[in-house]
Amino acid sequence: MSDQQKLHSFVLYVENQPGVLNRVASLFRRRAYNIESLTVGHTERPGISRMTIVAGISEGAAHRVEANLYKLAPVLSVEDVTHVPIIARSLAFIKVAANDESRYRLMEIARVFRARVVDLANESLVIEITGTEDKVDALVGVLRPFGIQEMARTGQVVMSRGTKPPANGHPAGRSDLLLEEEASQSV
Amino acid sequence: MPKTKKSGAEIIWECLERLGVEYVFGYPGGAILPAYDAMTRYGVHHVLVRHEQGATHMADGYARASGRVGVALATSGPGATNMVTGIATAMMDSSPIVCITGQVGSKLIGSDAFQETDITGITLPITKHNYLVTRAQDVAPSLREAFQIASSSRPGPVLVDITKDAQNGSCEFDWEAAAPQRQHFVRGPFYNKTQLAEALELINQAKRPVILAGHGIILSGSEQEVLAFAEAACTPVALTLLGIGAFPASHPLCLGMMGMHGEAWVNKAIQESDLLIALGMRFDDRVTGNLKTYAPTAKKIHIEIDRAEINKNVHVDVPLIGDLRELLPQLVPGVKRMDRSDWLSSIDKSKQDSAVRDIQSLPDDGHLYAAHVIHELWRETNGDAIIVTDVGQHQMWEAQYYRHEKPRTLITSGGLGTMGFALPAAIGAKFANPKAEVWVVAGDGGFQMTMAELATIVQEKIEIKIAIVNNGYLGMVRQWQEFFYDGRYSSTPLWSPNFQKLAEAFGIPGFTVNTRPDVIPTLRAARRQRGPALIDFQVEQEDSVFPMVPAGADLHAMIRRPNPLVERATDV
Repeated sequence: MSDQQKLHSFVLYVENQPGVLNRVASLFRRRAYNIESLTVGHTERPGISRMTIVAGISEGAAHRVEANLYKLAPVLSVEDVTHVPIIARSLAFIKVAANDESRYRLMEIARVFRARVVDLANESLVIEITGTEDKVDALVGVLRPFGIQEMARTGQVVMSRGTKPPANGHPAGRSDLLLEEEASQSV
Repeated sequence: MPKTKKSGAEIIWECLERLGVEYVFGYPGGAILPAYDAMTRYGVHHVLVRHEQGATHMADGYARASGRVGVALATSGPGATNMVTGIATAMMDSSPIVCITGQVGSKLIGSDAFQETDITGITLPITKHNYLVTRAQDVAPSLREAFQIASSSRPGPVLVDITKDAQNGSCEFDWEAAAPQRQHFVRGPFYNKTQLAEALELINQAKRPVILAGHGIILSGSEQEVLAFAEAACTPVALTLLGIGAFPASHPLCLGMMGMHGEAWVNKAIQESDLLIALGMRFDDRVTGNLKTYAPTAKKIHIEIDRAEINKNVHVDVPLIGDLRELLPQLVPGVKRMDRSDWLSSIDKSKQDSAVRDIQSLPDDGHLYAAHVIHELWRETNGDAIIVTDVGQHQMWEAQYYRHEKPRTLITSGGLGTMGFALPAAIGAKFANPKAEVWVVAGDGGFQMTMAELATIVQEKIEIKIAIVNNGYLGMVRQWQEFFYDGRYSSTPLWSPNFQKLAEAFGIPGFTVNTRPDVIPTLRAARRQRGPALIDFQVEQEDSVFPMVPAGADLHAMIRRPNPLVERATDV
């Protein structure tokens, strides 16, 4: 990521049908934007899925991505929640090497992080943690010296705070769309 | 309504007929055989092309000439991949076409079956939407929605890939139940009263406004609204390449084409303006030049249906997202009548010696220039013909020297710049407008890319006139090599067959012209033919298109036609 880029989080409601993920991901791929994390799951409405996509892009590019996502037929709504109050969580399983000496220290660490030990074997244990990316990163940092054998992280799911309904209708006309910093010139 | 059982193949034609489709441009093959078999029982006229790329360009030309959805049909695998260039062309120029492809049986998908290709995957970024249909009951809903998506909002291509078992299978056909369900993809308009008022304030304060008129005007059919607006605001109009025809060339407010090969005074007016009113255009790099120095003193109002175009290349002060035909009439009553004669006359003055430098004013020195050919074609056809161009120098000369008064009379590949477009697109345009005089203007390079479609013209017995502007080079590339690569003509000299004899081999009367006095008589002879005719205009080989803004240069930094050429010419 360059200086102008920051992590943007998009929440999408999409029709649950083959190829939708490809269409959405293709918009990022086309412009060589890297998706940092992507989660998809069912919603309370049958046939409609919710995606949370986190990508490191510039402010202008984020507006462009949002506007172009709207042009995809199976996309019902798009919201860039980067600048609104949200709750964001991800989940991780971390398998750490453990022996008689370290096992209780690891369990103590898990307790402090309000994580849970969900599997315990002779030479390892698996810790499950749910929290913000920062919190998960912090736990990973503490566990690393013990020897992380395997790790699975889900990527973020986010939801805006308060009672504002999800934007699954039409966004109001906005005049604050930003100019992409470096519109390139083809020759 | 009583339901009837029909095969998926029959449903294709049932839908096309009900959607008002008269012509389908296509090429049969294994995976689309059921559809071709069912076709014989329906009234849609099928035009057999010589290459599937031709089918897509014909559908595109049909759509551009008529405003209706063009339809192309092909088999799976190579039939489908041959369509890719035509689909991308339609995507870049917002042309409503629906491409129907056969696909191997649904059980075989993913098995590398004979003539299997993932065409929905391939065309994903170059279609507005596409469908993989694997069941007969999904054919009608997919096709109906495909037509709606192709023609709504900002138009574009849609591909419907139908497996062989979906064509062979049968189901109850219920037209009403197959009506499009999705409405959400037609989004907008996005504007409010405050923004309209802001736009009006800018318009009424502007001293040096310029309207930038683009393809969107023609797509929305808002030429009359634009005319009313321009006259009310007393504002000159510059045209993009695809905007040509959106505003009458003979109108006193019409400046002409802007951009890389636009006239110098047009670009100068844009650079000096204090307000740009962009109507249905997208600030393409070919019209802005260097974005950092583009219209530095101008505020910008952008009226555009596609929200993704707002602030893409140029920062806009007031965006109005919606259909021009609905939007402009809301602005007109608020426009104050202003005297902008100072501004108009200062643009007029900046034409300076343009007329002297113009190739048209060269006395006959024994050389035949493309400009003369286009100019005489314009005069002989009274400016009434539909001109379908290819891509390159001749395309720019056409834009400069053929004066289009009406929309949909210039059909050209702008965004993608697809060589080989002209001949097949002209066939589509002719089917859309059987009474119109249709001329192909193509270079010797592009013409050879799709000249097999001459056979389609003959087989369909349609009257298309063809003017090849033959300079023995891939001229536009040669021009860039001359200007920017020290004249190293790498792979641009181009051998061509004897086009006159080639035409005659197809049974098409052919002519060759290489002197100026022969231009008019030959044009007349070709026009007198009651069928197709081809003229090979052998023009000056190393002529260049002037003026020119080098790619990425400031819009006002134009390379002008060198005066010595005029002097040299008069010496002879």
